[in-house]
This record gives sequence, C-alpha cells and structure tokens, in this order.
Amino acid sequence: MSSNHPGLSNNFSRSGEKFSWSKDNLRSIKTIISKYPKGREQSAVMPLLYLAQEQNNNWISIECIETIAETLNMPKIRVTEVASFYSMYNTRPVGENLVQICRTSPCWLRGSNKITKTICKETKCEINDTSDDNKFTVVEVECLGACSNGPMIQINNDFFEDLDEESTKKIIDNIKEGKPNVIGSQKGRRSSENA
Amino acid sequence: MLLVLKKAGEVQKMLNEKDKVFQNLHGFQEPFIEGALKRGSWSNTKEILSKDQNDIIELVKSSQLRGRGGAGFSTGLKWSFMPKNTGKQHYLVVNADESEPGTCKDREIIRNDPHTLVEGCLIASYAIQATKCYIYIRGEYHHEYVQLEKAIEEAYERGFIGKNACGSGFDFDLYVHRGAGAYICGEETALLESLEGKKGQPRLKPPFPAGVGLYGMPTTINNVESIAVVPTILRRGPDWFKSIGAENNTGTKIFCISGNVNKPCTIEEEMGIPLKELVEKHCDGVEGGWDNLKAIVPGGSSTPMLPKNICESVLMNFDDLKANGSGLGTAGVIVVNKYNDISEVIERFAHFYKHESCGQCTPCREGTGWMHRMMQRLVRGEISPEQIELLENVTKQVEGHTICALGDAAAWPIQGLIKNFKSELISKYNKKLKAS
Amino acid sequence: MSDDLINIKVNQKEIQVDKNLTVMQACEIAGEEIPRFCYHDKLSIAGNCRMCLVEIEKAPKLVSSCTMPLMEGMSIITNSEKVNAGRKGVMEFLLINHPLDCPICDQGGECDLQDQAMYYGFDKSRYKENKRAVDNKNMGPLVNTIMTRCIHCTRCVRFATEVAGVPELGMLGRGENAEITTYLEQSITSELSGNVIDLCPVGALTSKPYQFKARPWELKRTDSIDIFDSVGSNIRVDSRAEEILRVTPRTNEYINEEWISDKVRFNYDGYYQQRIDTPYIKENQKLTISNWEESLKVLKDKLKTLKPLALIGEHVDLETGYAIKKFMSNYGKDNVECRTDNHAILESLDSYRFNTPLNDIENSDLIILVGTNPKIETPIINHKIFKAYNNDAKIFNIGENISLNYKTEYLGESLSNLNNENLIKALKKSINPLIIIGSAFLNKIKNIKTIKSIFSYADKYKVITKEKNNLNFLNPYASRVGQLIIGNTTSNLCEPFSNLKKDNFELVLSFGSEHIANEQFNNCFKVYFGHHGDDGAMVSDIVLPTPLYTEKNGTFVNIEGRPQEAKKCHNPIGSAKEEWSILKKLSDELSFDFIPNTFDQLRSELFDKHPILSDYHEIIAVENSTSITPDIEFEDCKAEYPVSNFYMSDVISKNSVTMAKCVEEIISTPSLLEKSA
Repeated sequence: MSSNHPGLSNNFSRSGEKFSWSKDNLRSIKTIISKYPKGREQSAVMPLLYLAQEQNNNWISIECIETIAETLNMPKIRVTEVASFYSMYNTRPVGENLVQICRTSPCWLRGSNKITKTICKETKCEINDTSDDNKFTVVEVECLGACSNGPMIQINNDFFEDLDEESTKKIIDNIKEGKPNVIGSQKGRRSSENA
Repeated sequence: MLLVLKKAGEVQKMLNEKDKVFQNLHGFQEPFIEGALKRGSWSNTKEILSKDQNDIIELVKSSQLRGRGGAGFSTGLKWSFMPKNTGKQHYLVVNADESEPGTCKDREIIRNDPHTLVEGCLIASYAIQATKCYIYIRGEYHHEYVQLEKAIEEAYERGFIGKNACGSGFDFDLYVHRGAGAYICGEETALLESLEGKKGQPRLKPPFPAGVGLYGMPTTINNVESIAVVPTILRRGPDWFKSIGAENNTGTKIFCISGNVNKPCTIEEEMGIPLKELVEKHCDGVEGGWDNLKAIVPGGSSTPMLPKNICESVLMNFDDLKANGSGLGTAGVIVVNKYNDISEVIERFAHFYKHESCGQCTPCREGTGWMHRMMQRLVRGEISPEQIELLENVTKQVEGHTICALGDAAAWPIQGLIKNFKSELISKYNKKLKAS
Repeated sequence: MSDDLINIKVNQKEIQVDKNLTVMQACEIAGEEIPRFCYHDKLSIAGNCRMCLVEIEKAPKLVSSCTMPLMEGMSIITNSEKVNAGRKGVMEFLLINHPLDCPICDQGGECDLQDQAMYYGFDKSRYKENKRAVDNKNMGPLVNTIMTRCIHCTRCVRFATEVAGVPELGMLGRGENAEITTYLEQSITSELSGNVIDLCPVGALTSKPYQFKARPWELKRTDSIDIFDSVGSNIRVDSRAEEILRVTPRTNEYINEEWISDKVRFNYDGYYQQRIDTPYIKENQKLTISNWEESLKVLKDKLKTLKPLALIGEHVDLETGYAIKKFMSNYGKDNVECRTDNHAILESLDSYRFNTPLNDIENSDLIILVGTNPKIETPIINHKIFKAYNNDAKIFNIGENISLNYKTEYLGESLSNLNNENLIKALKKSINPLIIIGSAFLNKIKNIKTIKSIFSYADKYKVITKEKNNLNFLNPYASRVGQLIIGNTTSNLCEPFSNLKKDNFELVLSFGSEHIANEQFNNCFKVYFGHHGDDGAMVSDIVLPTPLYTEKNGTFVNIEGRPQEAKKCHNPIGSAKEEWSILKKLSDELSFDFIPNTFDQLRSELFDKHPILSDYHEIIAVENSTSITPDIEFEDCKAEYPVSNFYMSDVISKNSVTMAKCVEEIISTPSLLEKSA
C-alpha cells in the first residue's frame, strides 16, 4: 500500500530529541537562501528538508519541521504540507540503506518483479519494512527515470541499473559485507547506449 | 481510424554522427568543461549574445524547434510570448523533472553533456530578458544534480555565466533546485509552485506563466532538451536544423526505448525516424521478434499505445503520431511484446497516475483511484463488458475536466487499451467466467 | 464607465457586464445558477471542485467558470448536454468516496452536496470498489470533524489563512490520500474558527456542541444581534421550544460580512446555566427565594425613602435603558451611569464610537492600535485590520506588547508614544491613517485634556479631515454607545464611576452590572436586575429575574453608531420579567409619571425622543469634532485591558461549558502562533 511508504505518509512523529542545525548546515542554509529573491525564503523549504533529513538519519521528525519553520519564518503546517506531499521526505525512520525498487511498466516489462522478490528475500524485508538489523528499508516506487536501463533500483542516492536476480543479490551482499558496489549499469554499459 | 501511410519511396538512413547535437550523450568522453569545449560548446557564445534578443527568438522560431517536454509547442513562439522590457525580473525555468514513465533522455544530457544545457540556459535567458534561471531537477537524479552543479560551477569560474556572461555585458545567474519525488512537478505551473516552496499543485490558467509566473513575474518554462539544443541551432543555423526531419517536425530528437526490446537504449536520431526502424536498428528488435510485438507506447506513459499494424509504418514525429491517434510526447518508447499482459502495463500506469495525482481537483483525485481499481480487476479478468464500458466512461469523465493535464494523461492509456484490445479484454472475462 | 463593460452571451442571451467579473459571476447576473463547492466570494479562488464547469463557444474543453475571466464577445453555455455531463461526472466523483450517512449527518438538510446531488447525482452508484475511510482530526472543542465526508474543497484552509489569519490548517499528502488537518491536530487558535463550519459545504466540519441536537427544519429562526462585543454582528438564533440550539451569522456586508465570533456562536449553553429564575430577598445575609409581590413591595418602600442610583450593564438594550432613564428622572439628575469602567468621553458621539465605518478599515494604509487588543475584544474588527494588513497597511501598537495574528511595530506602553518619531514619519507619508483608541487607556484617562489632545493629534496628522474621521474609540460592550446616546451617564467626563462616591447614594439599582459589588456601595441597599447569578446578584439585597437578550425584543447601537434590533426568540426563563415592566409597576405604585403600557409604546416614545435611533442599520451621522485644544499633551497612564480572556469576558460566557473547554484546550495549550511568530 502506497500509504505505508515512509515518504508518503501524512503522519509525522517526534524523535524526542531537539533538532538544531549543524554548523555546516547553518552555512549551507545561508547559501541556499541566497539563491532565491528576498522575501521568498519559503523557496528554500525543499532544500532545507533535504538538509534536515540528511542530518537526522534520513527522516523528517516533527522537530525537523519545527526548526525549518522557524528558520524560514513559515507556518509549521505549510512545512508539513510540503514534507508530506513529496515522496522523498521520509516521515519515519528508515534503515541505513533505503532500497527503492522501480515498479512502473518499463521496468516491470523487464522483470522488476523478480528483482523485488530477490531483494525482499536477501534483505529479509517485506515491502515498506525495515530489516531487523536496520540495514535496509525496502520500498517500491514509481518510475525513477532510467527506463532504458530497466529494471533498476535506487539505494540511497545511487542508481543500480540493468539488473537481474544475480546482480541484485550481489549488490545486497556487498552492502551486507561492507564491500563497495559499482554504481549504474550492472551489465557494463557506460550509460544507456546500445550495447 | 485514419492511417497515414509511410511516404512511398522514402529511404531512411541513420542520422549522421556529425549532425548529432549531443556528441557525448552516452558519456564516453569527458562530460565537463574540457570535453565540452572540444565539442564546441561555448565557442562563440559572446557572438550569439551580441545578436538582438528578438533576432534570436526569430532564429529559433524559424528552426521550427518544438518543445521536447511533451506538448510540442514551438519553442521560439513560446519565447515570443514573454513581455518585453517590463522592468520586472523575468525568469527562465528549465524543467528537468523528468518523470514520465519511459523517459530518460534529459538524464543523459545532464550527466554526460551538461554544458549544452548550461549554455542553452544562458542564451535562452538572454533572449527572453531573464537574468535569472532555475533548473528544476527531479530529486532522484542525485548523481545528475552533482554533475550539473559542477558544470555550473565551471561555467561561473570561466566567466561564461555570472556577471558579464561571456563578456557580453549580460549578467546572468543560474541555480539548480531539486524536486523531491512528485511527477506532477513536471507540469509547469506545479513546478513553479514547488520552486516557491509549496506543494506541487498546478495553478489555474489563465493567468499564464509568461504573464504571471515564478514569484508572479514573467516566466518561460522549457524542457531540458529544448534548451540544450538551442546553442547548436544558433551555431549551425536554423536551416541546418530544418534540413533534418520534415516540415514542422524538424531536427534531431533523443528517443528512449525501453521494455521488450533486445537492447533498450537512449539514442539521438532524426525526428521522424520510422518507429519500426528505431526498434529494429537501434534496439536489435523486439524480444521474440517483430511478430511477437503486441503494442508500443510511443511517447511516454501518457500517450495512447499503438497496435502492431500502426507500428509497422508510423513515423516518430509530432504530426504523424498525432494522425495515428497518439503523440510523440517525450519520445519515451515503451515496447510491449506478447509475453506480457498488455492490460497489466496499463494497470501499472494507472497505479502510477493514482500515486502521482496531486489531489487538488476532484476528477483526478477521485478518478485516478477509481480507474486504477477497475484496472486491477480488469487484469484479473473480472470486468464484464458493461464494466469495461463504465471504465471507458469514467476515463471520459476525467478527461478534459481537470485543472492540469494529468487527468488526461491518466485517461488516455486506458482509452488506448480499450480501443485496441477490447475484444481481448472481453474474452479474458468470459474465460474467467467459464473457469469459475 | 462604459470602458469597463463588455458584451457577452449567456445561453445566447446578450448581456453587458463588467469586464472584471468571472464567467461565474456573469452567469449569475444573467440569471443562471452555477453549482459550486470550492468557490466562495470571500476566499481566494481555488478552482478545485470542478463543479462549476461551463462551455465556452469555440473552446475545446469545458472550463471552470469560477476561475475564468471574461472576454469581449464570449459566448457562454451553461445548459448544454456537454455541461450537464461534465457536472454529473464531477458529482459522481465527489460521491464515490463520500459516505452514505446523510441520515446521521448534522449537515443533512443544509448540505450543498446533498442539494446538488439532487440535480446532478445518479440514482444509484456505479462505484463497486471500497470507499475510502479517513481518520477524524482534532480541531479543538468547537469544530467536530468527520473527515471521510471531506470533499477537499479547501475552503477551511483558505479561511484560516486568509480570513482568520491563523495559518494552522492545511491539506497534507496528495492524491486520494490528501487530508485536511490542523498542524498536529492542535486546536484552531482563532476567535473566528467556528466559521469553518458554515463554510464547509458538506458535513466534514460541523459544530461540536450542536452535534446530533436537531434537524434544521425543526428549528425556529430568529434574527438577532451579537451582544458579546460592541461590533453588533448580525446573527440568526435557532431554537426549538424554549431552548436555543444554535447561533449562526447573518450576512451583513457593512458589519460582520459572513462571519461571527466563536463566543456568540458557541456560548449559548451558558444562557441556561446559573439562571436567576425567581425573585430573591436577602435574609440573614442569605439570598432566599421570594416572589414578585413581596420583593417589589420591599423595593417600593426603599424607593420611597432612599436616594437611588442606577448602574447599566454591558447587555442592556436601549428600550430598557430608556425606561431606566425615565424612571430615574423622578429622582433628579446624574443618577444613571453606564460607564461603570470609568470610560472617559467628550460629549459628542464621535468621542466614544468607532468613527470609521467598519468596512472601510481595510482601506487604511496605517493603523495605530492604542490600548486595544482587537483580537480578543472585537474579533470582527481584528479581521478587518488583518485585511488592511494584507493590503500592506502598517500596524503600530501602543500599550502592552500584545500578540496578534499579524505583525505590528510596538512603540511603547504610554500614550505619549504617539509622538514616536517613526510613527510620525509614517503618518506623514500615509494616505489613509487610522487610530483605534481602546478601553485600556480610555478607562484610565483622568484629564479631559488628554482626550482633546487626541482629537487635535488626529487633526494634525490628517486622521480626521473634512471628508473622513478615522479617529476611533473602541470599547467592547454592546450596550455602551446606545446608552451614551440616550444620556444614561453622569456629567463627569473622566472617571465617572469613581466620582459617584461623592453623591452619597443610598440605593443602587444594577441592571446587569457587576460593579454593584464595588466597595463604594458597601453601605447602600442593593437591588440587582439580572439573569445570571453572578457577583452582582450575590451581594444584593433584592434580586429580580430579567430576560436575556434572546428572550425579549431590544435595540442596540453598535460601535460605529448603527442601531439594530435583537428579536425575541423564546419566552423568558422562570418568572423573569422585562425590566421596563417592573419599572412600570413600581412607577404606578409610586405614582410616578411612566406612560408606556406596552413595549411597543415604550419603543415609539424612545424613537420620538431620539429619532436618529429609529433608522435601523444606518450609521448615525454627526459632524466631525476637530482640533479642540491648541497644544497636544498626553497624560501618563498605564494600559489596563478590558478583556483578558476572550472566552470568559462576561457572565454568560463564564457560565458556558463550551467556553470553559475552549479555555482549557485552546488557551491553556500553548498557541501555535506565539511560537512560530
């Protein structure tokens, strides 16, 4: 169910800890706000949600929302609206590796179902669940825009493309073992050239 | 349905390498400034910027460049709608929220040839008197965002953009704004809302962005590809661009082919390349052979599918696809063969639109859910002929009644399915009925 | 003028209309009703419900008429098959996820969705899927939510942001998961929050206190006036038998537009709590039940020997006031006082009323709040200030540094801050400056020169000109302006109440004024005419039950000087008698001259004496007082605000359980706004 996707819930919770910007982020915020005209600081709400999420273990707590509202002088409900509208802001804690499996037709036509099965099996996660060791949260997502390289998944910031069951298992194994993964095509393509 | 037959005797050949705008589409060369300079980017930008702004608009108009984001509106004409010398801040906003299922072309431009875009932003902004430009890139494209930021930094460092860009006397600032997972932000006014720090809910039109756009100021919104081809058009001349493709369907075009082909790829080709040639030559054919082809969605998920017989001859351009009951859209070609259930392809699109509806207006908010639930039953063969009619009826109740085009986009794929495969859907139902 | 007119056609009928209208407005002028849910003429246009679709000739798609501007020659079609099909489609979408719980829905009978479904609905559902269920949201003690019924029109969100000025509501999520909520389901902190109930076109937001109480067709509707502040908002009181079940606004574009405060909307349960329902007489320091005959006999005897004073409370209508005045005139002059709060005035009307017509406030570009907290004293006026603020008016504040729902520049706590340099600079630039002086200072002023100085100041900075008078005096009491007009006050302009001490009154008749409990009357015989057992009743020797404003007819003059009528809705509780009839009986027995035998006679005598009061709904016209003192000098006084708790500002509200809940759930939990501002 899409409503269980951590990025698409309307329910936020408190982390119980005060959220205040790190020094680095305070600097970044200055730069970010300067990109938008004076009086339009609200434009910075999305970048600030990203910063907060990064600083807050990859999720947006109520404390994050309140700090952002204060920083940008915005009503809290407006920040909440934005955080709940966009799927990339996680409304609850997620595992170290947020595994997003593209489920839309182009990837499905090339076997995304098998990839999903493999990932669920290897991470011991149901869709929308977080693994017991907190290493993985697995979600199905809509088209990630790498259709010529389907089936594909995104783990945190990285795309893994041209997958099959074997290469998928390898990626998960590598993460488990702390080994690096090759980002992008798993079939040796540079990008989306005919090869 | 009216079939436009392929023009007799036309010989199709592959696009000449030297006519490709994106010389590094696949990233085999250095994507950044050194590579870009070798590929000719920034070579005579100052000269281009010395032209009168209206002249640039006229040149782009005469190239017959049509918007690459889906609607296919004349880019030059769109620019000409911008008011002149208003004394207000004008904006160019580049739509890099590439999210239409089947589409992954802007991604390649951004990560492999970002300077074509950065230079295009400068020139286009100059033409519409915008000293500020925002590129709105989809949030999931993190790697691409990093690449783009680097290219912009390089352009600033070299003085190509910023104060007195390229020594032209024109001051220009370029910023990147990341989306965060909302297809609807690809709709231009939803994108503006998002850029203003709100939910991405499309605005009511009128007023149109050229009058009241970003922060209430005159704004033009263009697709990445539309902007990135502009420097080359101005360098090589509109006539060169027009010499490729057909009247009103000119130039080169990036096609993304996905689904059941042997070698899915993204490729720059001549506008109007026959669909069959695109599949056969560039993708090594349909999985299981051409005869195993079920249907092709030619322009991203929103465009109605084409049955095999039309795929035989249709040309991949705006007008021919339109004449054949579909559209070029974003040129995201999704090939479906007979091994897969065509109704599930559409059911997944229906899920996509339900998932991505912004929820603002009634027909889309309620209709996308209804349509998807019926599609789920349809996939299971649980929909009677009357209910198929109801489903079609519901798509018509959504179509044309919403604030933005997402309602239409959600309705068309289902309409296309029913139009082309109704008898198959009915026999699926009958079979299931018998079995129970 | 003709430049603004354009020619259009509506269903082939040619009409000329203002070119700035929308298609929907033009259709209405042409007499075509357009169905709608999200559109509301007091809110920004959302265009999201899609119910108002019409056809425009040559346009390929139907358009939403509420959002579409007109163009010369436009031909609009509202009755075609295409339009009908479009609207039917939208209606079906609205209904598929709307529960079929009309029989148990409080909106039943006055529901836009129900009404329009009669025209555009299908007779049976074609939707075979499961209906959506949405969790209800807490919005506080006043607004009940059944969110499954919500059709996402966002009227409530827009109201909270644009009218109430508390951006606390929003629509979270997207697509079919979109939900309306307040931030973290906290209570709405606006004094106008109840208006979302009227705005909600379906039964998603309904009145919590009214829940399951009645069906609209069972209710008797009575036109009345909000007497819980001085604005005079127009209200409709809905009752069944002898009980009021609901209070809603009546539209009056000059005063409250379509809004009323939460106090008058929800405090009606307090009408029936702690009521004095029979006469009482104090025996052995204890009030004991008496009867009219006995109590009036005792009172009559006292009236024969003691020197009386009448105090007039905040809810006293003009007819009652007139009867009191008439009765008291038998004892000489200077023995009636309505300014029990020491309200300083000059003699002229423009020294104690709000001189700017209320619907002109929004046109001001500079507003100075001087000793007033309009948010809790008069929320409707506060809304109008908020409108001005949204039109870029600058707002200054003098007195306490109060928290309001808009930004103010705080100048300091004393009247002399009117001379603040920044303010003077801004005043000189302002085109339409406006001053509001509130009771917090007016009740403290000891020197009449200060009031005169305020006039001179206003004159100097063009707050008062030949054409306009934007110097406004604001007190929160419904009775005050009218009682002052008919002269129910003593001749002391400043500190009138404190000065009463000197006159050695022996008998105090209080008409709903708790000030009878003041120490200065310790040695007087006290008689209380009232409806609630408050401090005033507790200290009195005789307590006589009188009706509430909803239990008799009465005239009130609002703060801008507009007489209006509050009509009787049901009979008085217990053996309460109207004050005038009590005074009439006493007069007869004391052989005083007191002619009226009926209320109507009393009212016509009042209007004969004061013809200006008979012109209901019109603002009383007076000439502007201007510069009346050569030098401007403000005395130093400390602001003391008349209302500290919006929900508990008078005896009726204090007896309302609903208001008590508001205090607990809205005031006691930290305000959203204070934190985010």
